[in-house]
Amino acid sequence: MDDDITLEVFAHLVGLAALELGPDEGEYLRAQLNGQLKAVRELERIPVAAEVPAAARGVPYPAEIRQALRADRAQVEAALAARILAQAPESDEGYFVVPETPNTNL
Amino acid sequence: MSLADLPAHEIARRVKAREASAVEVVQAHLDRIAAVEGRRPSTAPYVAQAGDDATVHAYISLQPEKALARAAEIDAQVAKGEDPGPLAGVPLSVKDIFCVEGTASTAGSRMLANYVAPYTATPVARLEAAGAITLGKVNLDEYTFGSSSESSAFQPSSRNPWDTTRVPGGSSGGSAAAVAAGESALSLGTDTAGSIRQPAAFCGVVGVKPTYGRVSRYGLIAFGSSLDCPGPVARTVRDAALMLGAMAGADERDATTATVPVPDYTAGLEAGVRGLRIGLSPDYFRIRYPDPETGELHDQDLPDEITAPVWAAADTLRQAGAEIVEHVPMPNTPLAVPAYFVISRVEAASNLHRYDGVKYGHRTAQPVDDLWDMYRQTRAEAFGLQPKLRILMGMYVSGAQYAKQYYQRALQVRTLIRRDFEAAFDKAGLYRCDALLTPTTPTTAFKVGAVYGDSVLMQYADLLTVPANHAGTPGLSIPAGLDQQGLPLGLQLLGRDWDEATLLRIAATYEALTADAAWRQARPGVISATL
Repeated sequence: MDDDITLEVFAHLVGLAALELGPDEGEYLRAQLNGQLKAVRELERIPVAAEVPAAARGVPYPAEIRQALRADRAQVEAALAARILAQAPESDEGYFVVPETPNTNL
Repeated sequence: MSLADLPAHEIARRVKAREASAVEVVQAHLDRIAAVEGRRPSTAPYVAQAGDDATVHAYISLQPEKALARAAEIDAQVAKGEDPGPLAGVPLSVKDIFCVEGTASTAGSRMLANYVAPYTATPVARLEAAGAITLGKVNLDEYTFGSSSESSAFQPSSRNPWDTTRVPGGSSGGSAAAVAAGESALSLGTDTAGSIRQPAAFCGVVGVKPTYGRVSRYGLIAFGSSLDCPGPVARTVRDAALMLGAMAGADERDATTATVPVPDYTAGLEAGVRGLRIGLSPDYFRIRYPDPETGELHDQDLPDEITAPVWAAADTLRQAGAEIVEHVPMPNTPLAVPAYFVISRVEAASNLHRYDGVKYGHRTAQPVDDLWDMYRQTRAEAFGLQPKLRILMGMYVSGAQYAKQYYQRALQVRTLIRRDFEAAFDKAGLYRCDALLTPTTPTTAFKVGAVYGDSVLMQYADLLTVPANHAGTPGLSIPAGLDQQGLPLGLQLLGRDWDEATLLRIAATYEALTADAAWRQARPGVISATL
């Protein structure tokens, strides 16, 4: 069976996924992806009527068992903000610091 | 008998009756950990050492001083006549996929190896409020992506206490191993495709996957957001019932939790099974899996060794008054793994995009050209193979040109799988089952290294557990004997939405009726070695 995920498709996916892979790593992952797709093919072997709805979740979630939404208000807790910022690889006066963001002319 | 071998409900009773102190209980567990645990897993490049295959390696991190201090507080509460809660003094381990404030919360990944959570997950907070004492965080597959716990960035990975050359299952492998070895009385795990039930079966303990929305996911590092269910790992059904009751229920911080009332799960445990209808499905007695080379599908009956305990349990429950309903069709069961390959990967890819080296977690130390370069290098360095594989698959099957063929179709198949359960449990239907009884896993625990690396074969370890995750319905696994090699066998019960209570009741009945079975006297090898 031919591979669905060719080297070109794979390179595109790696870019979309914001990854960089070494050659061995890439070849292993591409082979695994193609193996998984063979298993996924089973989904195509049975008839699925167009009217069968897509299920985003299994258990029904009718209004009577749903929680009311919380009030939409900002909760400012300085101590929590400090703990969150303490986890940042780089921050400055309450801001996350990142490298240069390249501009793209749209 | 060490206090580390007592069930959680007995520990709580003794602590509240001042027959044992919580400090003594915690110390007994710390002593057990010292005896069986072996070297602490780390992210350092793994070099195998003598002894790695002889010890459990369940914990990534321990907090003994904090646990002993909390135990002293509980003892003080009891001395003052106060009730510390239903889990008073019970040692708990937490799968390291939950945030616990002030602790490293790693997800078993280099990406979060140094991440200290600024808040605590709701299930952990509720268990601690009920008197449980967190001893530490236990190992898992990286981001829960696996069925053997081998993919953790923290090596050596957890071993099976019954045979330390074998895996404990996964992804809650550290949880099941810790509970089986008496390193904690209870453990908090998560189940996305069987990640509580499968390791529970491999390690001879009780594992419960509650109904989706029963237990809050607040503070759980997300994998498959429509599938993830936090749940208990315990050594007895009563312990699992106590633990579930302490953490279940609506949480305003997780909008997917339901307002369905939480019953006292321990109340009906001795009510027996008379009048209950328990189904057996032929679709859970054979497996269909693809040839790794050709993709051709093979159908194969499960080995007698795996199915015999199910038939024996059905007989036992029939004699206790249950009605056994054979030939319940669950025809879409073989599609559950293929659909899961699609749905879980799309959700994983979405959830893993937050790891970008900006807000928390790893950031590359290499010089970078710009922000995009920083993203790529950070993710390349810190994600292991399994996260990379899941992200790539998720991107592929949700791509605009493939989404209809794969993602939409998988969501439709999910509806078909759900309909199988609805037909089996329909109170006005042909089968009217209160529960289904199945094997938990197609095999017992396999050797370390035997399956790891083949991501297709590994996924098929979840064949009998993943349908309930698609359907959102509850399920549990209980010990049901030992195979010829002395490895635990698991029995699975699957039930109606929100009806964990009936499953626990059936499980408790089976547990009581088999209390005198010879296999119940067997102990995991690592514990026998300490006696």
